[in-house]
Amino acid sequence: MFVEEKKIHISKPLKLNSGKVLSAYDLMYETYGQLNDDKSNAVLVCHALSGNHHVAGLHKGDEKPGWWDNMIGPGKPINTDKLFVVCMNNLGGCHGSTGPTSINEETNNPYGFEFPIVTVQDWVNSQKVLMDEFGIDKWQFIIGGSLGGMQALQWSLDYPDNVNNAIIIAASPKLTAQNIAFNEVARQAITSDPEWCDGNYLKQGKIPKRGLALARMLGHITYLSDESMAKKFGRDLKQDKINFNFDVEFQIESYLRYQGEKFVTSFDANTYLLMTKALDYFDPFNEIDFVERMSKSRSRFLVISFTSDWRFPPKRSEEIVKTLIKFNKDVSYACIKSDGGHDAFLMKNDNYFEIMRTYIEANING
Amino acid sequence: MARKDFDLITEWVEPDSRILDLGCGDGSLLELLNKKRNVSGYGVDTSIDKTIKSLDNKINIINADINDHMHYFKDKSFDYVILAQSLQVVDNPILLIKEMLRIGNEAIISFPNMGYWRSRLYLFFKGEMPVTSELPFSWHSTPNIHLCTIKDFKKMCFLNNFQITEEVINNVNGKNISSSFLNNLIGTSAIFRIK
Repeated sequence: MFVEEKKIHISKPLKLNSGKVLSAYDLMYETYGQLNDDKSNAVLVCHALSGNHHVAGLHKGDEKPGWWDNMIGPGKPINTDKLFVVCMNNLGGCHGSTGPTSINEETNNPYGFEFPIVTVQDWVNSQKVLMDEFGIDKWQFIIGGSLGGMQALQWSLDYPDNVNNAIIIAASPKLTAQNIAFNEVARQAITSDPEWCDGNYLKQGKIPKRGLALARMLGHITYLSDESMAKKFGRDLKQDKINFNFDVEFQIESYLRYQGEKFVTSFDANTYLLMTKALDYFDPFNEIDFVERMSKSRSRFLVISFTSDWRFPPKRSEEIVKTLIKFNKDVSYACIKSDGGHDAFLMKNDNYFEIMRTYIEANING
Repeated sequence: MARKDFDLITEWVEPDSRILDLGCGDGSLLELLNKKRNVSGYGVDTSIDKTIKSLDNKINIINADINDHMHYFKDKSFDYVILAQSLQVVDNPILLIKEMLRIGNEAIISFPNMGYWRSRLYLFFKGEMPVTSELPFSWHSTPNIHLCTIKDFKKMCFLNNFQITEEVINNVNGKNISSSFLNNLIGTSAIFRIK
């Protein structure tokens, strides 16, 4: 399945949660499947911290498909034979939608550190703009894992009439102190890199590679589980003996360094800072008018968690479920046995995929 | 599969009620109640396969263990909390029934009667724990850890101030024999409404 990314320019200003305004902006997105005549088969997939709009299919010339290609496509749980799937790069991102690497028309320089802080609500508002461009009235499903699941939850509150089903996977109603602590260490890694140049590294032709790689390595550890790391790497050595030095000796060290180095070639440090802030600020159950807005939501919900996820453990998902039950919402919940850690939401797992497939199939027409 | 206790529960449940079905299996009771009584609510079941079947039946299903997830539900938030043919698998029946009465205005509980004469004879003559078509497990591999007789159940209700408001005891032909003084001997299954 070859896909092409598309870009739309929005000239209507977007007022952000922080009070700042984006006077005009671009949204990069991809679509899969066909929108039906009454526009009732539309699905929005929201991406997580380091994701982007290329969620499935192949770009011409690429060998690797989009990041959730096992879940989305013809005959797959999110079945593009029947559904029209939209995924867009979030504002503040670095894959085509306006963000810190874009040129600020007012200064003719990259936004860099000047790019305003965006929140999950801002993303939802910009996704609504794209929805209106398509002329879609209701998303049949909004689906996301991790930070993507948080967007699905936010949608059900902010646009109660425009969401029929929200599927919230490996998410949390808010970050804990421990979660925020991890984010803060990642941010410190980036901003203490001498190449960060107070956030204006692009203008100075530099990239804070070490800091961003460190942030990614730290993040990556929290996406895996102790079990999966033990299974994949154990205490395996790169060479067959220890050398009593500080070079890469264990396989896990080598793997983490590789992940860090790979990440800096495709991701922007300021975007990473913004994404972690959006996570930290997310707390929809404590927003003003929450009770009123939650009461109004007409969405059905499917919440999924994974046993070995310690970044957003099942307990966090259960907080979402408990709140939805409190408001008498139609909600189903499953905790999937998996040793994949937080990243389990991206991996093939029979029970997980069967739950997704069955729920979507049963609710495809309302 | 048509189940006698399902028909009775359908008769008892008021239209448009809110239902919590503990150990809901594939959600067929909620599906039936939804069709006949326009109810809303949730099923709870620990099996992932049953959860998938419930999703297929468009039932709101919480995939969790009923022994330790009652904190999901707030006080008096359901009209009926149902435990159909699952009492015998519960870790602590008294604690769970207390929780059911906290969460619901009323509890409905059905269970197989171990006082049925065939069970008594099985143990008496064979000297082994009864294995029947309803309870087909050997003693060492059974999930049914808290089997009881109708007399046992009533005694527990009395001792814990669970007020029985209605009871139906069926014989092997599905006939209500609750008025018979031999009901604990000839009844195969029982269903109680408790407040």
